[in-house]
Amino acid sequence: MSVIYVLLAISIAVALIFFTAFIISVRNGQYDDSYTPSVRMLFEDEIVKNSSTDEKPKKSIQLNK
Amino acid sequence: MSMDPASCYHCGEPCNRTHIVLDDKDFCCNGCKTVFEIFHQNDLSYYYELQESPGSTPDNTDGKFDFLDTPEFVESLLSFHNEKMEIVDLFIPNIHCSSCIWILENLNKLHDGVSSSQVDFPRKTISITYNTDKIVLKELVMLLSKIGYEPNISLNDYKNAPIKKDRSLWYKTGIAGFAFGNIMFLSFPEYFEVGEFWLEQFKGVFRWLMLVFSLPVVFYSGRDYFISAFKGIRAKLLSIDVPIALGITVLFLRSATEVVLDLGPGFFDSLTGLIFFLLLGKVFQQKTYSFLSFERDYKSYFPIAATRIDADRNEESVQVYKINKGDRLLIRNEELIPADGILISTSAKVDYSFVTGEAKPVRIVSGDKVFSGGKQISGPIEIEVLKTVSQSYLTQLWSRAAFQKDRTSEFRTLTDSIGKRFTITILIIAVVAASFWMVYDSSKALNVFTAVLIIACPCAIALAAPFTLGNMLRIYGRCKFYLKDTQSIERLSRINTVIFDKTGTITTTKINDISYNGLQLTPDEESLLKNTLRGSNHPLSRSLYELLKEHEITTLDDYREHPGKGLEASKDERNIRIGSADFVGNTAHSDTSNTAVHISSDNNYKGYYSFQNAYREGVSDVARALGKTMDIAVLSGDNDGERRQLEKLFPKLTHFYFNQKPEDKLRFIQQLQEQNKNVLMVGDGLNDAGAFAQSDVGIAVSEDINVFSPASDGILDGLKFKQLYAFILASKSAMKIIKVSFVLSLLYNVVGLYFAVSAQLEPVIAAILMPLSSISIVIFTTVATNFLGRNLK
Repeated sequence: MSVIYVLLAISIAVALIFFTAFIISVRNGQYDDSYTPSVRMLFEDEIVKNSSTDEKPKKSIQLNK
Repeated sequence: MSMDPASCYHCGEPCNRTHIVLDDKDFCCNGCKTVFEIFHQNDLSYYYELQESPGSTPDNTDGKFDFLDTPEFVESLLSFHNEKMEIVDLFIPNIHCSSCIWILENLNKLHDGVSSSQVDFPRKTISITYNTDKIVLKELVMLLSKIGYEPNISLNDYKNAPIKKDRSLWYKTGIAGFAFGNIMFLSFPEYFEVGEFWLEQFKGVFRWLMLVFSLPVVFYSGRDYFISAFKGIRAKLLSIDVPIALGITVLFLRSATEVVLDLGPGFFDSLTGLIFFLLLGKVFQQKTYSFLSFERDYKSYFPIAATRIDADRNEESVQVYKINKGDRLLIRNEELIPADGILISTSAKVDYSFVTGEAKPVRIVSGDKVFSGGKQISGPIEIEVLKTVSQSYLTQLWSRAAFQKDRTSEFRTLTDSIGKRFTITILIIAVVAASFWMVYDSSKALNVFTAVLIIACPCAIALAAPFTLGNMLRIYGRCKFYLKDTQSIERLSRINTVIFDKTGTITTTKINDISYNGLQLTPDEESLLKNTLRGSNHPLSRSLYELLKEHEITTLDDYREHPGKGLEASKDERNIRIGSADFVGNTAHSDTSNTAVHISSDNNYKGYYSFQNAYREGVSDVARALGKTMDIAVLSGDNDGERRQLEKLFPKLTHFYFNQKPEDKLRFIQQLQEQNKNVLMVGDGLNDAGAFAQSDVGIAVSEDINVFSPASDGILDGLKFKQLYAFILASKSAMKIIKVSFVLSLLYNVVGLYFAVSAQLEPVIAAILMPLSSISIVIFTTVATNFLGRNLK
C-alpha cells in the first residue's frame, strides 16, 4: 500500500509549488504596493487617440466617475 | 461685465484672475493651458477623461534644479546606473488620482529617452528607467515639473542608500499559513479517529511529517516572540510575549516528545495555527500610510545643494554639508537659507514661520544676521555663511536628547501590563493542578502541567489590541487623521494635558480676515486697484483680488512689480502704488501686529488693508470641550498681539505663553511631564518639532497633508481640526473595546483550563478552542470599532 507515499509526495509537492510561487511573488515586490496594480489594470493602451487630426470622433470611455 | 465662475479644465481651480479659453475649454492660467497643450499634442488627452480636472498648475522652477548639473548629486539620487541607462526613484507629492498614474506611466510618450516608468501610488513615488544618451536627470526632472508633477528632492535623498524593504513578515506569515494548512490536512485522521487499517499503519509517517512542517514555523516564523520574551525577562518586564513564548515552547516540546516516543499526535495544528493568527494580527496593524512620513527631520526640508558664488562671481552647486564658514551663497526667491549667515545684499524679507511660528516675514538689511530654515521671499539675495549647516540654529535643535530617546520601548501597552498578572496566574494554576495530580495520579501530572500552559496561551488577548487599533488607524485615516502607529492611539487615550501652538495650528493660512482702514477709495481707484492686483501672483494680492468687487478688465498703460516691496501701475494718467508702507510713501503708520497692504493713489496715501489670520472653524468648541476634563495651554512663537481674541476663544483656565522659542516649548512640556502629566502637543511647523518629540503624542495640523510636516505621531488635516475632541474620545472607547475583548478571551481560557486541569485536554479540543477564541475576538473588535467609526465623520 505504498501508493499512499506517492499520494503524500504529490500532495506535498503541489503545496510546495504554491508556496514557492508565494515566496517568489513576495520577493518580486508584489506585496509592496497592493493598490497601484488595481488601477493600472483598468487602463487601456488603445485609448491613446491620434487626435492631431481633429476629424476623429471623440471616444469617451470614462472610469472612476 | 461679470465673469462666469468656470473651473479650469486642467486643475479645477476657478478661472478668476486670468481666464484663457482654448478648444472650448477653460483654463485658469497659462501654466495649466501649456500642460494641456503638451498632453494634447502627444495624444495623451485621455488624462482628462480618467478623472475630471486631475492636474495641478506647474510652478516656476528656474534654477531650482541646477544642482543636477553636478554628476555627484545625480549619482547620489540614482538607484541603479550603467553607461547607457539609469534608474531613479522620485517622490512626487502631487500624485493623487488614477489620471496621475496613467500619465506618469506613459511618460515615454512625452520623451523617447524614458524607457519605462512605474508609479507606487501609496508611497507617491515613481521609478523611472531612462536612456542617458537621450535624456539626463535634470531634463527628466524639468519635464516632470513642466507637466505639474514636480518631484521633491531634499537633503534626505542624498547618499541615502535605498532602504531594503523588509518583507520578512510576509515570509513568516506565508510559511506559518502553509504549514498550518498542511498540518490540518495531515491531522484529519486524528480528528475523526478513523480506525481504518491503512491509516493506522501510516500514522507514524503523518505525525513525523507534521513535526517537520512545524520546525520552520517555530524556529523562523515564531522567532520574534522568543526574542521579545527573552528581552522582556532580561529587563524584568513580563510582557504579553512571555506567556506566548512559553506556550509555543511547551506546545512544541510536548508535541515533539509525543511523536518521538509514539505517545500521541501532539498539538501541531494548534501550534502552527496560533503562530499564524498572531502573525496575521501583525500584518493587519502594519503601517498603512506609506506616503506619509512621520520621521521627517530638517533633512526633508533642506535642499541637497546651495549655490555658492566664488571670488570670480562664478556660480556652482555645492552640497549643503560642504558649505564652509565664509562662503558666499546665492539664495534665490522662495529658496531656503541652509546655514546661519550675514546678509550681503541691501535688503531681504525672510519668512521664518516654519522655524519660529512667527507669521509675519522679517525685513532685514545688509549686515543683519539670517538664520537657517528661513525662506527668502523678496527676490534673490547673497549671504555670507557664519556657521556650517550642522552648527546652525535650526539643526542644533535635533541634537537635543528628546530626539534620541526611543519612546516605543519605554511605553507599556495595556496588553503588556496584563501580561505580568496573566503569566503569574497561569504558572500558579499549572503548579497547583500538577501538584494535585501528583498525589492523585502521578502519571498525568506532567500532562496536566503542560496542558494548562498550552491552553492558556494568550493568543486571543494578543490579538485584541492589533485588530482593534489597526482598524481604528484605518477609521481615523478615513477621517483624515493619520496616526503613525497603533501605539499612538493608546497614548492618545491617556492624554490629560493639551498644548496648542498658535500660528498655522489654530489659525489657518488660507482664509484671511481683511479689513480696510483709511480714506474711501473712489470707484475709479478701486477699478485700477483690482486691475493692478490681477497681474500679481503674490498671495496677498490674490486674497485681496478675490475680495474686491467685480470691475471691468482694462489694459494698464504701465505695470511694474517690485519684489518684496509692492506693485506700481498707471492708466489714463492715474497712478497707483500698492505694497509695504515704505513703498507707498507712508512712514508714519506702523501696525505691528498685523500684515497690511498699503495703497496710495497719485502719490496721496489712501489707507491700508489689514490681513488677519482667521481662526480655524471649531477652535473654540474643541478648546471648551477639552477644557472640561483636561488642562490646556497655548504656546505661541508670535507676540501677544492676539491675546485678547485668544482669551475669548479658550476656556477661562487656559494659560497663554507668547514669544516661545522651539526650545522653550520643549522644556515646558518636559516640566509638565515631570508632574506626571500626559501631554498632547498640537502644532504645525518645524518650530514644534522639539515639542513633538518630547510630548507623549505630537500631532501636526496641516492644510495639505502632502507638503512637509515635521516628525510627529500623527498628521491631522486642517479641515478636521474641529473633530479633535471626538478623535480623542474615540481613542478612549477603543481602549474600552480592548478591555472587553480581554474579558471575552479570559472566558475561553476558563473553559479551556477546565479541560486542562481535569486532564481531559484532547488535541482536537485545543484545535477547536484556540482558533474559535481568536476568531471571535477578531470579529468582536472589528464590529465594535466599525460601530465606533460610524460616529466619526
